[in-house]
Amino acid sequence: MRTQKPFKSAAALAAAAALGLAACSTPDSDESVPGVTDDTVTIGTHQPLTGPAAAGYATISAATAAYFEYVNANGGINGREIEYLVKDDGYDPSATQSAVRELVTEEKVFAIVNGLGTPTHSAVLDYLDQQSVPDLFVSSGSLTWNQPDVYENTFAFNADYVTEGAALAQYAVDQQPDAKICVLGQDDDYGDGIIEGVETVLGSNAVTDVQVYSTSAEDLTAQMGAMMAAGCEVNVLGTINGFTAMAVGTAAQMEWFPKWYVSSSGADYPTLAGYLGADLAPQLLQGMVSVNYLPFSPDGEWVALFEEINAEYNDGAPFTGNTVFGMSVGYLFAEALAAAGDDPTRESLVAAIESGDLVGNGIVPLSFAEGDHAAYRSVGITVVNEGVQDYVGTTYEVGAGSVSAVEPNPVPLANEGIPGS
Amino acid sequence: MKTLLRALLITLLAIGGTFALDPFRNYQLALAAACFAAVAGLTVLVGLTGQLSLGHAVLMAAGGYGFAFAASAVDGPWPLALLAGLAAAAVVSGLLGLLLGAAAARLRGPYLAGLTLALVIALPAAANTLPLGGDQGAPAPFFPVPEALAALIAVEQWHAWLAIVVAAIAVTPLVVLRSGSAGLRMRAVLDDETASRLSAVDPGAVKTGAFVASAVPAGLGGAVLAIATQQVTPGGYGLAFSLLLVVAAVIGGLGSIGGAAIGSVLVTVLPWLIDELAALAPDDLGRRLDGNLALLLFGAGLIALTTAWPGGAARLLDRLRAARPLRFATPSTTTER
Amino acid sequence: MDRFVFLLSAGLARGAVLALFALSLVIVWRTARVVNFAQAAMAVAAVYAAFAVTAATGSYWAGLLTGLAAGALLGAIVERGLMRRLPAHAPLPGIIVAIGLVMVLQAGLAIAFGPEHRPMQPPFSQRPFIIGGIPVLSPYDLFTLGAAAAVMAALALLFNRSSLGLRLRAAAFAPETARLLGVRVPRMITLGWALSCAAASLAALLLVPTELGLNPHAVDLLFVNAFAVAVIGGLDSPAGALVAGIGVGLLVSLVTGYASASAAPLAVLALMTLVLLVRPGGLFAPKEARTA
Repeated sequence: MRTQKPFKSAAALAAAAALGLAACSTPDSDESVPGVTDDTVTIGTHQPLTGPAAAGYATISAATAAYFEYVNANGGINGREIEYLVKDDGYDPSATQSAVRELVTEEKVFAIVNGLGTPTHSAVLDYLDQQSVPDLFVSSGSLTWNQPDVYENTFAFNADYVTEGAALAQYAVDQQPDAKICVLGQDDDYGDGIIEGVETVLGSNAVTDVQVYSTSAEDLTAQMGAMMAAGCEVNVLGTINGFTAMAVGTAAQMEWFPKWYVSSSGADYPTLAGYLGADLAPQLLQGMVSVNYLPFSPDGEWVALFEEINAEYNDGAPFTGNTVFGMSVGYLFAEALAAAGDDPTRESLVAAIESGDLVGNGIVPLSFAEGDHAAYRSVGITVVNEGVQDYVGTTYEVGAGSVSAVEPNPVPLANEGIPGS
Repeated sequence: MKTLLRALLITLLAIGGTFALDPFRNYQLALAAACFAAVAGLTVLVGLTGQLSLGHAVLMAAGGYGFAFAASAVDGPWPLALLAGLAAAAVVSGLLGLLLGAAAARLRGPYLAGLTLALVIALPAAANTLPLGGDQGAPAPFFPVPEALAALIAVEQWHAWLAIVVAAIAVTPLVVLRSGSAGLRMRAVLDDETASRLSAVDPGAVKTGAFVASAVPAGLGGAVLAIATQQVTPGGYGLAFSLLLVVAAVIGGLGSIGGAAIGSVLVTVLPWLIDELAALAPDDLGRRLDGNLALLLFGAGLIALTTAWPGGAARLLDRLRAARPLRFATPSTTTER
Repeated sequence: MDRFVFLLSAGLARGAVLALFALSLVIVWRTARVVNFAQAAMAVAAVYAAFAVTAATGSYWAGLLTGLAAGALLGAIVERGLMRRLPAHAPLPGIIVAIGLVMVLQAGLAIAFGPEHRPMQPPFSQRPFIIGGIPVLSPYDLFTLGAAAAVMAALALLFNRSSLGLRLRAAAFAPETARLLGVRVPRMITLGWALSCAAASLAALLLVPTELGLNPHAVDLLFVNAFAVAVIGGLDSPAGALVAGIGVGLLVSLVTGYASASAAPLAVLALMTLVLLVRPGGLFAPKEARTA
């Protein structure tokens, strides 16, 4: 046994080396811009296409890809087609690290766009910073992405969870000043952020009951029972779609019908209806309050365009909040790329976003600026009425510790949804 | 002495090999080195003492967290931070290994497997309950390429070097231990506890010791991962990863350290390779095959190896080197007890 | 106090499912001296069969029967096709083959059916009865408790009172002697596997309608907790599985309700460590001499 070890290890190494083929590891001294040619721009993302999170989020990147196909079919941006490389990470941070390294070192992408998930994207944040890769429009509401001093190339996309929690609590107070308000949150930064937001509005002692759940245990009976016993009247949920449906369903089984105020990450009506069943959903979700910032009003011009794109370039996949989300991210990147000039560089791309000139397609213009990498600081209240989820007009801007009502200022559709030209 | 020279030679060879690899392949090599350290520990534990641990991912995580916190706390030149981190990784994983070992000494096979399984499942909960940074995990310091080398190699290659050296430091003592009298005692306990007790070998002490000896390299493997990825998250050390370590040990041939190296490279590179192939399939099918096909093949491999061909890759190499005397060709395999 | 009663009743129904699944692990351990790590994957495969039949016929009961039959068949196939080929009296190969089987089954199901959650409807209302203002067990919980109790009683009768049970036990504990006395040992072991997997499938069939929906990993947590239950109760002891199952079900419910959901797995781990430290063979460990 002893004498054969060198042979075995050497064989293993040879196998590893053979896989590497004739590649060289010395640092790049190439002057050209990674991922940009005369007629293409290559960008990449990491998404949970498999694993436990796939059910909720796998449709986002398909929608983004469909939007880019639409743009490419109409001449691209500044004459360049957008190539969108989607890597699966199964919502596993170690897989994210491999996926993103492959995108950066092998595929030489121009930028990472809309990487999904807080634990997953946290794992590559430092790496992208070291490599100076633009890290655009992260798909998560963590406050981590808005630290321009530390991560100068990282930009958020979602309104952060604290903002959402604060806006939901403010609306609850405005509607029912004396109601007992409770929170159910996921046991990670998502739930924590929502809880923090609610507490900034109410004060930490004024929250009647706070419960948490873990995604590994698909059972909310104990939590719902506790909230019911505490006499909660308004339940603010920092839950993902599946657990929103489970909370509403479990409570209904107990003949308990409190008000539901749900964060945008867990309040997509079509998705919830899929869980609860099309016959029960309109009844159980009647009056469900949520927040959003993207143009998903069913009769809006953006939705009309996105539905067309979805039918033509996405095989007519079910049209949900994820579709609007994915296409809106695509639109925002296209807008940024158009603004980065005829010969975009990583620096000019970041500068274009920091200029504050981008407006996006939300119900309020974007808040990107030099020293501010948050996309949305204002969110609009939505309510479900007879199976239709739409804005009610109330919009809140959340600043440092304060919530104020503002007028919505939706960005109109222009040039058939293709920025720049 | 001979073992040390050999280890040095292999290490230098491996470092030389990194020049043939591009950055991403070097990153994969670092991952494989991390796996190798853990799988070497696991394969000795299972192959020589017959104790199946499904929780080696948690031992790696323990090492990773130890490394991350200690190395971040040291405010000095980078070699100092690195050493402090590695020492902490060894200590933390060793202590956890001692605890598990103490339990293992009292438990029969399935009970131990159950305990280690529950440990893996409890890791995310522990990360959320203890001050370990929750799902986001703990950041580990970034070790940039030293200036003298900066013009020569990229950061991935530098990390691959660190990974190779740490893996060598982790595994070499294991090789010495395995071929020395400790290894003999482990085999004695595996063969017959009563007989070994009569020969003044305390099975409990041997089992506990073996667990610690297996935990420390696993912890150092976790430190390697922390160096390569600058992050320790509970999600990276779940049940799937723990089972993958078992797969690597079985594919390589239980008890064989050379086999552990082969197994580690396979479980690191094959899933990636298979997913590249799956991506060629049409859209919907490709999406379903992605990630799952590799798992399916690994599972089938485990079953085939265990039922039909229990020696694993190590045995195959033995066959190829038919000149070798037969008595060396049968290390403790799954079929022995 | 209301909350306590509510949490107890919620934990009782979960505990019954846990106990049933743990019992299935005990059966296969007693007949074949193997811990079947693939029990969850096999059970979830059976639930997929049940789901398909329910979707096709519209009848929950047809699906239930199909699921049980599929589970039993799968158990028999796995024993005949795989486990029988392994060397006897070495626990390791059995565990490793089972782990391989988990990967094959779950990956295969994910490839065949995709990762989506498929909601399953329970046959009875999940609306709890309100007693004294406290919501306690729902009709579906009662059905779960009843089904679990009936199966456990039937298995107890089978093992302790029938001649088939006697042969099953003989084949497990003294295969050589049993063979000499005319017991067809291989057939008994196959039967044990079939019974065990059918019981596990029933537990999974009872659980899935209370979850988000059917997916290849729907039963994973149940298996992990049930394994903890079997270990706590003692792998050889059906009574241990019952007591520890209810106990762990109540513990998880109370910890989730009073502390937090994150603390529940830690509580199970702590309980298991504690029990194993005091009694390394579990609460209801048999005498040492019975070691396989």
